[in-house]
Amino acid sequence: MVVWYKKLAIWNWFSIMQEVKIIKNIFPCEFAEMLGSENNPLLAMVDVTVGFCTESSSAINVLENLNLVIDKGEVFGLVGESGSGKTMTALSIMKLIPPPGRILSGKILFQGNDLLLLSEKQMESVRGKRIGMIFQEPMTSLNPVFRVGDQVAEILSVHTEMKKKELAKKTIELLKDVGFDDPAQKYIQYPHQLSGGQRQRILIAMSIACNPALVIADEPTTALDVATEGQILCLLQDLVCKYQISMLFITHNLQIIKNIGSRIGIMYAGRIVEENRVDDFFREPLHPYSKGLLESIVGVKKVSERLETIPGFVPKLTDLPAGCKFHPRCKNVMAKCKKEEPSFINVGKSKWVRCYLYQN
Amino acid sequence: MGPMLSVSELEKTYEVRKTAFSNKKTTIRAVDRITFDLHKGKTLGIVGESGSGKSTLARCLMLLEKPDSGVIKFFDQDLLKLKEENLKSLRKDIQIIFQDPYSSLNPRKKIVNTLSEPLLFHQIANRQNVNEKAVEILHNVGLDEDSLYKYPHEMSGGQRQRVAIGRALASEPSLLIADEPVSSLDVSIQAQIINLFVDIKNEFKISMIFISHDLNIVRFISDDILVLYKGSIVEMGTRDEIFLHPIHPYTQMLIKASQGEFCAVQEKTDGAITDNGCKYYRRCELADHFCEAKVPNLQGTEEHSVACFKATRYRI
Repeated sequence: MVVWYKKLAIWNWFSIMQEVKIIKNIFPCEFAEMLGSENNPLLAMVDVTVGFCTESSSAINVLENLNLVIDKGEVFGLVGESGSGKTMTALSIMKLIPPPGRILSGKILFQGNDLLLLSEKQMESVRGKRIGMIFQEPMTSLNPVFRVGDQVAEILSVHTEMKKKELAKKTIELLKDVGFDDPAQKYIQYPHQLSGGQRQRILIAMSIACNPALVIADEPTTALDVATEGQILCLLQDLVCKYQISMLFITHNLQIIKNIGSRIGIMYAGRIVEENRVDDFFREPLHPYSKGLLESIVGVKKVSERLETIPGFVPKLTDLPAGCKFHPRCKNVMAKCKKEEPSFINVGKSKWVRCYLYQN
Repeated sequence: MGPMLSVSELEKTYEVRKTAFSNKKTTIRAVDRITFDLHKGKTLGIVGESGSGKSTLARCLMLLEKPDSGVIKFFDQDLLKLKEENLKSLRKDIQIIFQDPYSSLNPRKKIVNTLSEPLLFHQIANRQNVNEKAVEILHNVGLDEDSLYKYPHEMSGGQRQRVAIGRALASEPSLLIADEPVSSLDVSIQAQIINLFVDIKNEFKISMIFISHDLNIVRFISDDILVLYKGSIVEMGTRDEIFLHPIHPYTQMLIKASQGEFCAVQEKTDGAITDNGCKYYRRCELADHFCEAKVPNLQGTEEHSVACFKATRYRI
């Protein structure tokens, strides 16, 4: 018991030291200045750093100086390879980072308030009510022993003062909204009686139940078939219009963002390397990594001999290169890239890139 | 010359309990009377949703699952009538690459041991030159000699999949079955592995069965395409025929979805599931009472055949 306690103390000390080190590193950021001049965005993440403090090594930063803005009514697509920190971004907005991970610095402004300053109690009224979330695995995020209708109603009963009859009525309305022809019948069914697509609809109903301002969809269609995927994406698009929801859509599939997104952010090794409008991005990507990604996708029209590829592989977070994290795989690498990491700079209206090619 | 692999009327069924606690059993036809030919040096792409029987078909061809009935002829040899001891040479000629490179490599073996096992077993190399041969294989799949003494956990997903491909190529097979080989990899790595498959195809003149749910990848790599739905072939033909003139509503839907047109029809909940109608009946827009009553057979030429009563040519 004593040994365990000692370990904990050492770990605490470690994380505190790490925090001190990181706070020292903060430099004034162009992004924060820009933010002041723009008219209030719905969500703004400013220089957010999330670290996992392990006993064996120093903190591993899964997100570093992450900047992200989501305006009202827009669908922001966050794209990256596995391990690039997409899900961590979502979890940090909800303040649900699993220990030993912690948000070490930065600000997450939601409707003008800094979520990081809120207490756990206050945060509970944000989660589910003002920010909804759809998870990837519809199998595991529903409770198998409760009726799906009751699970949707539970959200409403926690966040609103509705009576039992109203709850049932509102739940059935929600189930109808997410595309069930027979909502009353679906209400009394259990998760195992539903197909993957239907379960995902239930999760969507739960996420929009309290009419939130922002919905975070974390790879909502990855576990589904092509046909079902199409239905779910159509549904999400309709709901965004109908309820005036903003959405943070996390995926590794660029094609989806091309179809439903209005702005896009590309993540690489815990950083957003490019933020751009979707149509501009697909016409003229800025960062060399984005260019490589677009070229390496098996296109619909192009059937050529070989695909363009990005050489090398995604670096491990424990073993990141110095300077720009993409430089070992980059075609346009310069001497500067190997020494110092470029900052996130503005290169036009809502165009941001983390690359020396655009820094004069 | 006849086809290298000729499959006819292959069938595999599983018995499952109706519900978790009942004793009543129902039969699921995972592979339902499948017939196709594969010629030497060609690549056959198999597409379909999850649960359409793609992987079961692959496992049946490898005899990892025993089919209930049907004939698999490989170089005029009926595989289902082979004795256990003769299977050894068959395993040399047909190799498989699995989807998940994390679970398909032995974590306790160094790469050199993983690669030399098939080399020694099939007597392609002896103890003296096995290491040289392993290095040669690594070069073929785009890895360098440093990887030889690594364990799988020291490598990334893409590198592991390269090792798995190397292991499959080690026994110099004439047929390679790739079961969703890129779907667990990242986009930038996917492109590298797909290129590797294209190189292998050109260099070794190997026949390949490439299974994927991603139509764009299958289109990129295959000569012929076979579309599966709930265990049966709904459409089969050359790549260009299938992609430029898809006939079956299911194929049309898949192609549209792969090109980013995302509005798909929802499954009708009314109408009983019957065994004697078209399997796609419940999702089909064109279906009528005729489709409900009779099972459509695969009809057409060698270049393009389809199993649908309502089929009309339709260009995208």
